[in-house]
Order: sequence, then C-alpha cells, then structure tokens
Amino acid sequence: MISVRNLVKHYGQVKAVDGISFTIRKGEITGLLGPNGAGKTTTLRILTGYLQPTSGMVSVDEFLVNENPIEIKKRIGYLPESAPLYPDMIVYDFLQFMADIRHIYDKEKIKDVAIQCGITEVMHKNINELSKGYKQRVGLAQAILHDPDILVLDEPTNGLDPNQIVEIRDLIKELGKEKTVILSTHILQEVEATCNRVIIIDKGSIVADDSTTELKSARGKDIRINCVIGGTTFEGIQNALKNISGVKDIHHIRDDGQLCYIQILTRADIDLRPDVFNCVKDSDWTLYEMNREYRSLEHVFRELTVGM
Amino acid sequence: MEQFKETMKGATLIAKKELSGYFSTPIGYIVISVFLVIAGFLFFSTFFLYGQAELRAYFELLPLLFAFVIPAITMRLFAEERNTGSFEMLMTLPLSTIQVVTGKILAATLFASIMISPTLVYAVSVAFVGSPDIGPVIGGYVGAVLLAAAYASIGVFASSMTKNQIVAFIIGFAICIVLSLITKFLYFISPKLVSLFEYISADYHFQNIARGVVDSRNIIYFASVIAISSMASIYQLEVRR
Repeated sequence: MISVRNLVKHYGQVKAVDGISFTIRKGEITGLLGPNGAGKTTTLRILTGYLQPTSGMVSVDEFLVNENPIEIKKRIGYLPESAPLYPDMIVYDFLQFMADIRHIYDKEKIKDVAIQCGITEVMHKNINELSKGYKQRVGLAQAILHDPDILVLDEPTNGLDPNQIVEIRDLIKELGKEKTVILSTHILQEVEATCNRVIIIDKGSIVADDSTTELKSARGKDIRINCVIGGTTFEGIQNALKNISGVKDIHHIRDDGQLCYIQILTRADIDLRPDVFNCVKDSDWTLYEMNREYRSLEHVFRELTVGM
Repeated sequence: MEQFKETMKGATLIAKKELSGYFSTPIGYIVISVFLVIAGFLFFSTFFLYGQAELRAYFELLPLLFAFVIPAITMRLFAEERNTGSFEMLMTLPLSTIQVVTGKILAATLFASIMISPTLVYAVSVAFVGSPDIGPVIGGYVGAVLLAAAYASIGVFASSMTKNQIVAFIIGFAICIVLSLITKFLYFISPKLVSLFEYISADYHFQNIARGVVDSRNIIYFASVIAISSMASIYQLEVRR
C-alpha cells in the first residue's frame, strides 16, 4: 500500500537519503530505526508530502506523492517530530480546526479521540501550557482524528517519561491493529516493544529490512553459550563437547579449582543446550550454570551501523 | 467554479484560525492601538487645529502608515510557523499552498479592516459638523481595504521567506515604503519616467480611489500586486521543500 522506490534527497551537498526502497503492506507496524541523522525524518517528511524528493518515487495506494499530494495527505495521519502544534491555541480549538480541515463535522469524533488519547482534562488549556507528554498526545489525537489508513509517527515517545512512554506505546499497538503504522525512532526497545517489522537505516541507506523476530534470530551469525561445570577439567570438557555437531569453538574463561567456566561458540539458529546438558549428565559432572546469550536488537543494530 | 468554491473553503478555514489568533495574543491589540493613536492624531490635527471638516489628511498619510503597520500584522504569518515547526504540520494537511497563502492574506486584510473600522467615527463626526463630499469618504475606505490587501500580500510574501519575524517585518516594510513613497520623489526624475513611476506607486493608485474616482486601472493595479505577491509566496513555499 505504501511503496518507496530509489528515494534520494539532497540538502545542498549533503545526501540525507541515498536510494531507499521499501514496500509497506497494510496492517504492519513498521519501525524506521537508525542513529541520529540517518535520514529517518527526511524519509518520513517525503512520505507525508512535506519535502520533495531529489529523485525517486513514493506512492500510497494508487497515488504518487508528487502528482496527487492532497489525496495522499487525506489518507495519512502525521505526527511530526516533537509535535509542533500552534502554541497559542486552546487544545479543543486546535482539534476543531483540524477537524474542519479534514471535513469532519461530527462533534462526537473530537470527544472520542480525546478519550482515546487521554487528553480530556486538558481540552480547555492553551497548548503552550501543556507538558511535553500531553503535547505529544494532542499531536497524536490530531493524527488519528480523521481515521486515516496510514499513521506516520516521527519519534512518538521522544522526551516522555517512562510511564508516558508505556502509555503511548500501548496506544500505538492498539491503533496498529487496524491501521498501517510507520514510526521512526533511535530507541531499540521501542521497536522491540511495538513493531513487527524493522527497517534499519544508516547514512541514508537501508542496512536491514526484516521482521523483528527474524532480525533477532539472525541466521548465519554466531552466538555464545556460557556454562559453569564442576567435577572435571577444561581438557575433559573440551574432549567431550567437541563431538557435538554444531560446536564451532570452546573457550576456557577461568578455572577456580572446582568449577570450570567455559564459553561455547555456535550458530545462532540452532540451540545446543540440550546436547550440552546430556553430555554433562552422561559424563557424571555437575552443571552449575548454563545460559544462551540473548541476541538483542541492540546487537544487530550495532553490528549493522558500527560494524561490531 | 466548483474548484474555486473548494479552494475558498480551505482558505476561509485558515483565515478564521489566523484571525482569531490575532485576538488571542496581545500583538493584535497593540497594533490596533498604535494605528488608532497615529490615525487619530492625523485626523484631529486638521479637524481642530485647522478647523477643516474632512478626512483628507488622514487618507493622504494612510499608505505611509500602512507600510509600517501592515508588515507588523503579517510578519508572523509564516515566519512563526517556520520557527515553531508547525509549518510542517500545516503543509502536510490536505490543503494546497494556494489555499494556505490566500487564507493568510485574507486574515491580514480582515484584521486591517477591523483595525480601520473605528475611524469611521471620524467620517461620522465630520458629517455632523460639516457637509463633506460622500464620494471621497467611501472611496477612501474602499481604497484603504484594497491597499491593505495589497500590502498584506507583500507582507505575507516577506514572511514566507524567513523564519525570523523581524526580518520578515523589515523586508515587508522596505517593499511597502517604496511603493508608498516613490511618487514623492518625482521632482527629481525625468518627466518621461513619471508615468512609469506613477504606475508602480501604490500611493498614486490609492489617492486616485480616495478622490472618489474609481478607475479600472487602479483596481487592476491592486489586483496585480496581490496576484504577483501571492504567486511569489507560493513559489517560496513550494521551492523550499
């Protein structure tokens, strides 16, 4: 439903976005992840029709962003970075103004949205009196007012306190059940918590584009199993474990007389823990500890953007 | 026609929002007060000091006064949006740039009309003590609205160029003051150029209307100033995307 092809955007000499392509299907919550300055905001701004691409093409449904921007803008609800609203307006007036522009004449709609975003108690306040969390919610209310098919959120939880973050994330997940959501963030937990698909952008290009679970499992990458075993020596363990297929390498961490700390290197897509356990059991040693390192999105992100 | 109606509908929404914006902050009241104090001085100095029951002095200096006041009204219209970032929200709404620009010019023109409306009291008091020619009074007010619209479009253009309101004011003021004063220097230039300079002078066209003579050329002049500055604003907003 959203299709981006070879998108390029230059600001003078600076290449902010350098040939990005992706397709987003209906009903996905996609996270645009990347370090600061990677080109996330620029991509979203082009998608929403605020910026014009230097080259490349963006389409939503059957409409092209440079031919039919108004039609696209009708279908998108957009929360820009740090929710820039009209500071001198009263919240209710602001939402009323937005409703008028979107041709929504049902007064109940504003109330419903206010309840959904939890802003009923600030409706009569001036926007510049609101805390950052409330501003963000008013911005979100404005974005979902016209029931858009597509919701574009630029760093929706930026600058919020932990409670507010959880609330906003829950709201996004709720909205994602019936809408297509694209959100940008540089916070990894956010993507892990809310998105079912991740596009990682670095220096204006896509470095990874996959489902969250797929990225974390990372086929072909190595992972470690840490064990603490008693009643034997490192040599004994090494001789026993090297016969298990899938073991790439065994490191000796340390030995404190009774316990032997080791690290087994293996592929990420297989789980060797049962084999290790059986081996220990058969040899009559004692297994004190065993854990398989959890491969977080953080690992993936650092690997892809810094190369470590 | 249908499309024109649709365009005006969006523009009216913007105008409504901007107009109420003027009255929800002190700036609107400050501008109106400053204007009324100066206009009052211009009017009453001829009314009492010279004992003349007429509005001529007031209308004569109105272009100069507008060149100062109107850019102060329009300076925030785009510059503030660019500065706070709400510009991004505005430009991603399902509105065309024409609708946004038209709405903002409309708001500033309406505000200026509200600003000059208390001076209708002068016209009434003049009518009580003397017997003024009604033509120039009507012409003066019609011309004032046209002049306000023209300067408002120039001011909106100035505001569309920058995110700094002071810069927007100075650019708008510079253009408007030239259009207001250019005929005052006609003594120094070759007579061949006089009609050209008269044609580009807002003051000249305004004074014609304020004399009570409505000529299509004067109307066309103001219409073209509005059209050219609106197009320049639209270009500014579109090209810098």
